[in-house]
Amino acid sequence: MATLKTILYLLVYPGFIFLFVYSTFCEWFDRKVYARLQNRMGPTHTGRFGILQPVADIVKLLAKEDIVPELADKRLFNALPIFGLAIVSTVMLLLPVWHFDPALPSYTSFSGDIFVILYLLSLPTLILFLAAWTSTSFFATIGGARVLTMLFGYEVPLFLSILSPAILAGSWRLAEIAAFFQQKPLLLLPNILGFLIAVICLQAKLERTPFDIPHAETEIVGGTFTEYSGKKLALFRLMTDVEMVAGSGLLAAVFLGGFPGGLIPGFLWFVLKTLFIIFLLALIRAMTSRIRIDQVVSFAWKFLAPLAVLQLLIVILLKGFLK
Amino acid sequence: MKFTVPIGPQHPALKEPISLRMTLEGEVIRDADIRLGYNHRGLEKLAESRTYLQNIYLTERICGICSHSHSSCFVQAAEQLLEVEPPRRGVYLRYLVSELERVHSHLLWLGVAGHEAGFDSFFMYTWRDREVVMDILERISGNRVHYAINTLGGVRRDIDEIQRQHILESLAVLRARSEYYFKIGANEPTFVARLAGVGYLSKQQAIALCAVGPTARASDVARDVRKDDPYGMYAEVPFEVCTAQSCDVLGRTVVRIKELMQCYNIIEFLLKNLPEGPVVVRSPRRAKPGEAIGRYEAPRGENIHYLKANGTDKPERLKVRAPTLANYAATIEMLKSGFIADIPLIFAAIDPCICCAERVVTLVNGRSGEETVVPLSRLRAMARERFQKAPVQKDAEWPL
Repeated sequence: MATLKTILYLLVYPGFIFLFVYSTFCEWFDRKVYARLQNRMGPTHTGRFGILQPVADIVKLLAKEDIVPELADKRLFNALPIFGLAIVSTVMLLLPVWHFDPALPSYTSFSGDIFVILYLLSLPTLILFLAAWTSTSFFATIGGARVLTMLFGYEVPLFLSILSPAILAGSWRLAEIAAFFQQKPLLLLPNILGFLIAVICLQAKLERTPFDIPHAETEIVGGTFTEYSGKKLALFRLMTDVEMVAGSGLLAAVFLGGFPGGLIPGFLWFVLKTLFIIFLLALIRAMTSRIRIDQVVSFAWKFLAPLAVLQLLIVILLKGFLK
Repeated sequence: MKFTVPIGPQHPALKEPISLRMTLEGEVIRDADIRLGYNHRGLEKLAESRTYLQNIYLTERICGICSHSHSSCFVQAAEQLLEVEPPRRGVYLRYLVSELERVHSHLLWLGVAGHEAGFDSFFMYTWRDREVVMDILERISGNRVHYAINTLGGVRRDIDEIQRQHILESLAVLRARSEYYFKIGANEPTFVARLAGVGYLSKQQAIALCAVGPTARASDVARDVRKDDPYGMYAEVPFEVCTAQSCDVLGRTVVRIKELMQCYNIIEFLLKNLPEGPVVVRSPRRAKPGEAIGRYEAPRGENIHYLKANGTDKPERLKVRAPTLANYAATIEMLKSGFIADIPLIFAAIDPCICCAERVVTLVNGRSGEETVVPLSRLRAMARERFQKAPVQKDAEWPL
């Protein structure tokens, strides 16, 4: 029974099948919301309401010619998309969805898993930088430098803001943090500032407007992905989609009280809460224009980081007050 | 470490081929160079073999955005040579179309600026509302791009009461939308952060480098042919020359949105005071030998057509100076000490129309500096030689 459960966990929910279906659905949702906010139709033709459009895009890319630049490090160039997708998919296994016992830590839910997730979510940035660097194209190199520069901006505020609910809950285990806030939902309110900071940082991590600087089309063509085509580009796109789901899943688990109620209600909560966060991300994307790389760093250190520290302070004071 | 980046001739930020070579230090531009000549136009030569009437439709095809600007400018010069005076109703209608064209050009530019700054929502909204003015133009002239409304001695089509009402109703929509864009353009923090202080061009530089149009006006140089040297009925029309003091891309945006408001006022004035009478008078075919210059304030700045007649029904020489060409020198100045991220914005801020500005290509040998002009027959022969040497690729592999 336990083996069957693990296989289901790895392959069906929240493993591969769910991840693939749901991340393409989220991409469709994001595109549709973004399009409607811009007074456009968005995808309409593939499937009902164009719901299959992201899948069609991936299939199309898989069929395209796959080009590796002459000067690129071939092995690294080929391996990076697979590594990237594998890393972000691993994040999903650590989210407290259903396969955990609150009393008993396991390989997928243990004290400190929140750090592992944050670490795993940092790695795609490095993957993108390496991908840009190995492709040796001029535009990709600038894109790669921008990826790393941006990392220095948003990573610290993201970590600080995600740690504050953990401090309030007094645990480094996602399942326990979620359970704590399920019991005391009112305590979610003091974290609202941290939630907003985390949403902005997630937007930056996913490199979406206003932070789509590493692949700013009008400036540096494809940026990071300039030399990538065909299957590898499809894998990178899938990686970004999965990262969006995993990142919003993490935010939902930490700031929105997780996914209570076992398998089916938990599944519904997961969909509802992640879609809410993706809606916020789409809203930011539609409302803003791309800012400059120096503006990202100064914005992050002038506003996001001090506000995240303020959030930590609020939480620490509140914790003392509650005791 | 300094390195040179080629922006163009093919680049997503450029809609037309031009080559900008940037010398960069990190993300900062230290030097800029503009290379022209990727777009071969034989228009001026072609104009010498066509009659004045045919040339109206030829000059209209110099540009796809400001098509009416070029044909009006040509007609102004040609009418001086042919000694015809268009009737007042014809003049009013001609410049009514030209103000409508300015509206559509400025709305288009706003969208492009939004897209270059990565603000795609702004782009989608402005282009949606641009359809309103495109519809007006289609109703007046039957066409969306090349209106073909000018003719020697007036215009080809009259408008009726229904069209007049339609334009006035649409103006109310456009006015409300433009006010909204003004609010967004001047208040949306990320957008303003991208535009403010970018592409600085001081008033002295703008004058010294002969900048024209909104580029000059954003540097507080009140330069507008409609005011300085009024043509048509512009001396009778009340309007303001919009300027900005900020000398940057934000200023150029603000100037264009303010100009939109002025355009709506002018259009309203023209429609309310539209004189009765014919729209066109008969014009002679042949012009006496002489020279004439047409000056016209196109949406991008001053447009000049120089025309020389030799007594026949065809011009001896036509010279077109498009506003984009006048702004290139200022663009290089603006690009210096900007960021890579600012290149598309600064370049787009002059609203470049490369096909307007390009002429015949002269080939310069990079090593010896020797200049050659290659005739068409030689080009054909070269193409034939090349393709005979490179046979058709057989067994080409389909990637699937």
